[in-house]
Amino acid sequence: MRYLPLTDSNRADMLAAIGANSVDELFRDLPKSALASAQFDLPNTQSEMEVERALGAMAAKNLNCGQAPSFLGAGNYRHHTPAALDYIIQRGEFLTAYTPYQPEISQGTLQAIYEFQTQVALITGMEVANASMYDGATACSEAVGMACRVTKRNKALISGKVHPHYADVTATSMKFLNVAVERLAPDPFNLEALIGRVGADLACVVVQTPGFFGHLGNYGALAAVCRAAGVLLIVCVTDPVSLGALVPPGRMGADIVVVEGQSLAGPMSFGGPGVGLFATREKYIRQMPGRLVGETTDEDGRRGWVLTLSTREQHIRREKATSNICTNSGLIALAFSVHMTLLGEAGFKRLAKLNHAMATILAEKLEKVPGVCVLPTSFFNEFTVELAIPAADVVERLAKRGVMGGIPVSRFYPTYPEGQDLLLVTATETNTTEDIDTFVGALKEVLS
Amino acid sequence: MSQIRFSKDHEWIAVDGDVGTVGITQYAQNRLGDIVFIEVPEAGKEIKAGGEAAVVESVKAASEVYAPVSGTIAEGNGALVDTPETVNTDPQGDGWFFKIKIADVAELDGLMDQAAYEAYLAELDA
Amino acid sequence: MTKPTTASGHKGLQLEQELIFEQDTQGTTAVDLPHILEYRERLGEFACEDAIGLPGLSEPEVVRHYTRLSQKNYSIDSGFYPLGSCTMKHNPRLNEKMARLPGFADIHPFQPISTVQGAFELIDTCAHWLTELTGMAAVAMSPAAGAHGELCGLMCIKSAHDAAGSTRSVVLVPDSAHGTNPATAALCGYMVESIPANEEGRVDIEALKQRLSPNIAAVMITNPNTCGLFERECIAIAEAVHAAGAFLYMDGANYNAIVGRLRIGDLGVDAMHINLHKTFSTPHGGGGPGAGPTVLSEALAPFAPVPMVVRGPAGFEAEEHAGFDTGGQSFGRMKGYHGQFGVFVRAVAYMMSMGVDGLKQASGDAVLNANYLLARLSEELTPAFPGPCMHEAVFNDRFLKGTGVTTLDIAKALIDEGFHPPTIYFPLVVHGALLMEPTETESKAVLDQFVESMLHLARKAKAGGAAEEFQAAPQLAPRRRPDETKAARKPVLRWAPPDESSAARQAAE
Repeated sequence: MRYLPLTDSNRADMLAAIGANSVDELFRDLPKSALASAQFDLPNTQSEMEVERALGAMAAKNLNCGQAPSFLGAGNYRHHTPAALDYIIQRGEFLTAYTPYQPEISQGTLQAIYEFQTQVALITGMEVANASMYDGATACSEAVGMACRVTKRNKALISGKVHPHYADVTATSMKFLNVAVERLAPDPFNLEALIGRVGADLACVVVQTPGFFGHLGNYGALAAVCRAAGVLLIVCVTDPVSLGALVPPGRMGADIVVVEGQSLAGPMSFGGPGVGLFATREKYIRQMPGRLVGETTDEDGRRGWVLTLSTREQHIRREKATSNICTNSGLIALAFSVHMTLLGEAGFKRLAKLNHAMATILAEKLEKVPGVCVLPTSFFNEFTVELAIPAADVVERLAKRGVMGGIPVSRFYPTYPEGQDLLLVTATETNTTEDIDTFVGALKEVLS
Repeated sequence: MSQIRFSKDHEWIAVDGDVGTVGITQYAQNRLGDIVFIEVPEAGKEIKAGGEAAVVESVKAASEVYAPVSGTIAEGNGALVDTPETVNTDPQGDGWFFKIKIADVAELDGLMDQAAYEAYLAELDA
Repeated sequence: MTKPTTASGHKGLQLEQELIFEQDTQGTTAVDLPHILEYRERLGEFACEDAIGLPGLSEPEVVRHYTRLSQKNYSIDSGFYPLGSCTMKHNPRLNEKMARLPGFADIHPFQPISTVQGAFELIDTCAHWLTELTGMAAVAMSPAAGAHGELCGLMCIKSAHDAAGSTRSVVLVPDSAHGTNPATAALCGYMVESIPANEEGRVDIEALKQRLSPNIAAVMITNPNTCGLFERECIAIAEAVHAAGAFLYMDGANYNAIVGRLRIGDLGVDAMHINLHKTFSTPHGGGGPGAGPTVLSEALAPFAPVPMVVRGPAGFEAEEHAGFDTGGQSFGRMKGYHGQFGVFVRAVAYMMSMGVDGLKQASGDAVLNANYLLARLSEELTPAFPGPCMHEAVFNDRFLKGTGVTTLDIAKALIDEGFHPPTIYFPLVVHGALLMEPTETESKAVLDQFVESMLHLARKAKAGGAAEEFQAAPQLAPRRRPDETKAARKPVLRWAPPDESSAARQAAE
């Protein structure tokens, strides 16, 4: 077996040094009954070539987004990945290191996280950010938990424009903590009024911009009302590229910002792993979940970085920890940070503009198709269209024509009748005008 | 005339009339090491003996400071928030955590005096 | 001879590297994007062109930056990483290659289901391996890491009790447990009480039985436990737990010791998470991403979170909505989309490469390597428990008594010897613990080198007079010991432009 260096003669020498007759003898504490009953219906070892063949065949059963024009979003976006990014994150010193518990030999990871924390704080317009969470949805749930600790209240309000998975994950985890979560109905028509619902019983209000259905939201007025009532405003962002063109949530008065970083960190990979970006105000750092890297000096007075404020965490605080998280999404956070560094301010803003340009071009062409209505008046790179017939059928028929033309809202809200004819559509810099024409042409055929 | 009493959790309370000043002992600060963060209670908070009153954190450890007696918090030592190291340098002086208006002075009888506490420490280190 | 100082601050191949923010050339970018076509802006009042403050660098500068940073890291690719409890085994490059196949990497979680049958097959394959290896009824694939898997297991347990109308409020956890166990139980609203260990480092079953009552919802044990020992009485423990109406959660952090040898289902376990980034070789990535699929018994399976991959008449389907199409008992959703798919691909590549015979050989070699360390190091170190151990060997600090040298000092001195230190001061029940997990990845030659270094350090400490030198270690690493007190007292968690940060510092003083 190619991954195992010990030879039989090594094993014999080592058993002799231990004073044991066999390896099985070392397992003598395992119950005999369980050892006897252990039968596994699984294959034996295979060569690298055989594994490649089998997995290659499995992968080939999927239609990948490089094979068909695709306009899919809903929190997971296809963006171009610069070649340098994948090279950097495949360096073994990043890929195969553990959490940086030994700072003297982990300065690479620690400095990269410090740079990541700074980048996240800058693009969200917040004061501080942590070293990452699992993904946007779990970060949202952690944000609500944190708001409950800060406010010592146990009720949360979630807008109907928040990604349904974020709301689902939050509602699931809060149920076990006896936090009441009020979820507003899906809001594709932009009718929801949140301000009147803010009261001193709430720990937080959770909103999203661009919203799940594409609408852009200015939550400045809501933030002011929240502040007056001692309620924290949590703003979710599912595509961080949007932060290159839009007013940052921090400037609207957000108390906590959570972002799904996948879109800038690499491949969609069927939705995971992602990375949750988590930013807040400095005064809340001790209530913040997750790891934090801070600047310090070493014994020779040289600048360096170290995991800090770890007394909030499970390995010290145990049942009183701010979260049970330990392994988070380090490598994906690094990938996000590398991409941000490659882009720089100029590239980041240009990428955002390019996304918005492609989306507006798509929207204008779709608006000319009979039976199609684009719902949001302002949007970034994603919007909802209303069709005259059920969107799920349309998507299947588009797929048969080789186009992945959006996601039916019913996939997320199967029991929401008003959602049946709604389709979520995204365009990014990876779409060409030819892709758009193919999509629009195919949609005309399907709808006619 | 003030008297000092000690708890098994290494808190001290200096009593003057019905007001006690509470902190952690030299032994406790020594065990914690460099203290980096302290959270003190707000005035007016009612607390039972043995209840969690304050938080003290060093780089590697975090622990609660318990109220040695029941009562109402009269004052938290706000100065510690910016200079937690005071607890390392002067735990039984400027490093006090809070003052408490004692509900029942009889509860003090359940605590150790200086000699008993020293004997207790000797036992711990044995 | 004194060490030379350099004008650059570099030391040969140890290259100092400024922050990206300190290398900023405004307007520079390493990404050239296509021409932007004419369009009519639709951002309305939300458009913002203000400066963000991100630095601009060219591609060679970025590549050099991260290459230099990487060279300040220790990794399993570069050396022995005996970090107990973390299973730092080799991360095969085939795993990475497979995860990058466009058919796995370039697919969207909400493509039409007919276009991603291969992705569901991959998830189903991973699930099949995990249930078959563990002998359990079902597996929840979506938890993102070990602690998340624990949460999944406890949420299933809470849901099962709720469904039965039982309102138990306490979870029992051994003192030696990973900190995640009590943290997780608290996240499910449970109170945590501890289970005492006996002198040989195992659960005291008689004491446990006395603690079992109608108020105990679950018992969480780690097996092999954090002392590196197998809980011999595990079947009796499971029986006692079940007799009391509680569930048995097993922390799977140490699963690498027993994989391919026995099925935890045969031990009476109700739930266990499996860290794919430990046992199944997916990379730790400097702190994730991992994956924590959680295997479940018949009793808990109905409560598993969505999504679940199921076989339908036309191929694979996904149950994506709790309570809508699952019969209503699923407790909900823990993570967006379909879980850590990219990690599943890597784990399956490993499972297929190893095969069940290779996995059994791997757990055998992992345990053999640990026992070899235990035997050889006992020459100078003091084992916390008599052998044999499982896949990790734990020593206490009795061998350092009176030397002025601590466990921490030994760890830091090992850095200068070119090794990653073991886990230290854990488990908490072992005084000054050194927890070593060599894994099956290491050759005998590497173990022998490590043993030589470790014995050398132990002898040096015992000889006396070396305390100061130990306290100064490491001296040869990219940095010496950092001032953690300073970092925690006045946290600096982000870079700020020089004038701003000095003003902030003054304001703080």
